Amino acid sequence: MSILVVAEHNNNSLNPATLNTVAAAQAIGSDVHVLVAGLNCGGVAEAAAAVAGVSKVLVADSAAYEHQLAENISLLVAELGKGYSHVLASATTTGKNFMPRVAALLDVDQISDIIKVESEDTFVRPFYAGNAIATVQSSAAVKVITVRATGFDAAEATGGNAAVEQLSIVHDAEVSSFVGEELAKSDRPELTAADIIVSGGRGMGNGENFEILYSLADKLGAAVGASRAAVDAGFVPNDMQVGQTGKVVAPQLYIAAGISGAIQHLAGMKDSKVIVAINKDEDAPIFQVADYGLVADLFDAVPELAEKL
Amino acid sequence: MKILVAVKRVIDYNVKARVKADNSDVDLTNVKMAINPFCEIAVEEAVRLKEKGVASEIVAVSIGPKACQEQIRTALALGADRGIQIETEASPNSLSVAKLLKAVVDEEKPDLVLLGKQSIDSDNNQTGQMLAALAGYPQGTFASEVNVEDGSAKVTREIDGGLQTVELKLPAIVTTDLRLNEPRYASLPNIMKAKRKPLAVKTPAELGVEISSTLTTVKVEPPAERQGGIKVGSVEELVEKLKNEAKVI
Ligand SMILES: Cc1cc2nc3c(=O)[nH]c(=O)nc-3n(C[C@H](O)[C@H](O)[C@H](O)COP(=O)(O)OP(=O)(O)OC[C@H]3O[C@@H](n4cnc5c(N)ncnc54)[C@H](O)[C@@H]3O)c2cc1C
Ligand SMILES: Nc1ncnc2c1ncn2[C@@H]1O[C@H](COP(=O)(O)O)[C@@H](O)[C@H]1O
Repeated sequence: MSILVVAEHNNNSLNPATLNTVAAAQAIGSDVHVLVAGLNCGGVAEAAAAVAGVSKVLVADSAAYEHQLAENISLLVAELGKGYSHVLASATTTGKNFMPRVAALLDVDQISDIIKVESEDTFVRPFYAGNAIATVQSSAAVKVITVRATGFDAAEATGGNAAVEQLSIVHDAEVSSFVGEELAKSDRPELTAADIIVSGGRGMGNGENFEILYSLADKLGAAVGASRAAVDAGFVPNDMQVGQTGKVVAPQLYIAAGISGAIQHLAGMKDSKVIVAINKDEDAPIFQVADYGLVADLFDAVPELAEKL
Repeated sequence: MKILVAVKRVIDYNVKARVKADNSDVDLTNVKMAINPFCEIAVEEAVRLKEKGVASEIVAVSIGPKACQEQIRTALALGADRGIQIETEASPNSLSVAKLLKAVVDEEKPDLVLLGKQSIDSDNNQTGQMLAALAGYPQGTFASEVNVEDGSAKVTREIDGGLQTVELKLPAIVTTDLRLNEPRYASLPNIMKAKRKPLAVKTPAELGVEISSTLTTVKVEPPAERQGGIKVGSVEELVEKLKNEAKVI
């Protein structure tokens, strides 16, 4: 029984979510291989080979895989996947994009977003926006799984010394092409990797007002997130959305300012260790999950908090 | 150009799901049901493409018990031209849905298939990608913008790091994200008109698809409840608690 983990990367560095996925693989079995498919991704392969507990790294280096186009990657992963008991990828937008194609090509159901491994065929996953937790058992010959990073402590990035094997399999479906990308640039920590997150909602009023959250975040070394309402209103870009259909986070500290606490938002943050809510409506549902609630106008409380830290 | 839209009947997004006492599943008795919000966005996009003169016909498909005809009627009221219900006991797993949709694609030969990115009940986020793989089509998932011209679709996708644009050869699959559009409300005359639009009912057997699953649900449990917290009276008190009680700063 060997397990294949598909690495997530940008051809230069390994995405930290891959370390959580490797940890999930290690909870299933001990022979864990990592596939790095990309272009000029040798550095990533080296990083993957250094991850503790990885026994082999497979590298598919080709222009066809440069942008992780699902049409091409899925053909490669499905071809390799036949030889494995499990194929895992992170439940990031990249993993969510190509993995169901892999499952369909292998004619098996996919298990999305697992947060726990019960045994080699039984897994735990939230559904209904996290309001129910299912334990599911799979009889599939190859178990195709995406892993929610917050469910697993990351594997050690160093200490391993896996063999690296070059593959010459090139799949180019030639039906899709990459046009361009607009990536958010920020010096703050990445949302899904941050220990502290400060999030703003519709109560922020507009995009400029987010400056007070950025100042607070910089004091705390925190990442900045948002509710969908704040994203929809154009206050901030989409990559900041936390929730059922955005990013799922579980930092040590989550501070929600001007967020009411809709089911869909809670689904993305209620596993945070400590939750602080700042809201002027004392009946806001966010207070039901907050460890520390402050009923106040955020335009007074947030700057004051930044100042007192 | 013909567009196929897949619409699913799900729990209304305002309703908080409750787990049955015997831990077998979520309890949906007497729960308000609705069209999956992402599917509604898919229908709206199709209607806009028709209004722009890009599309000429919109077919809405739903898979499930007879009740899902309600959601097909919703799609028809929003502007779809005709509907297809594939009768099954419950909504099957994503792979079986994808196989059924693939059979419909083979019959209808649409140029574009629009689906939601995710059902808010299963939270699977699989069906569109699976259909794309089975049909051998390209996919633009989590779309926030779709432009169709000259046999191809340019799709802007919401990804973790920001936005990505891909170009797909038609026929293609697109799955919708929340910011693609804001669905309109169906007008009363359109709701009345929708009742007279054609709605065909098919069975999986007629489509040559066998519904199967490699997954069994062992149990369904409510999530761990958070311990109720406290209200603090001032920012000062908050800072003190975070430092000395929670020890997170
Ligand atoms: C299919 C679907 C998926 C969704 N996915 C997500 C998701 O992933 N993430 C997500 O967040 N949402 C999601 N939503 C939206 C969700 O239902 C809510 O609409 C949204 O979370 C509300 O955002 P909000 O709390 O910022 O806004 P509101 O609900 O409008 O709340 C604003 C809050 O700010 C407070 N406030 C206002 N002014 C101040 C002030 N000066 N000081 C202090 N407090 C103030 C108000 O009291 C209020 O509680 C989804 C919805 C659907 C239908
Ligand atoms: N039973 C169904 N009937 C029609 N469409 C469905 C059904 N199940 C899933 N879909 C489509 O697939 C999308 C994604 O669903 P899922 O893969 O379950 O998250 C939905 O938004 C629908 O467009």
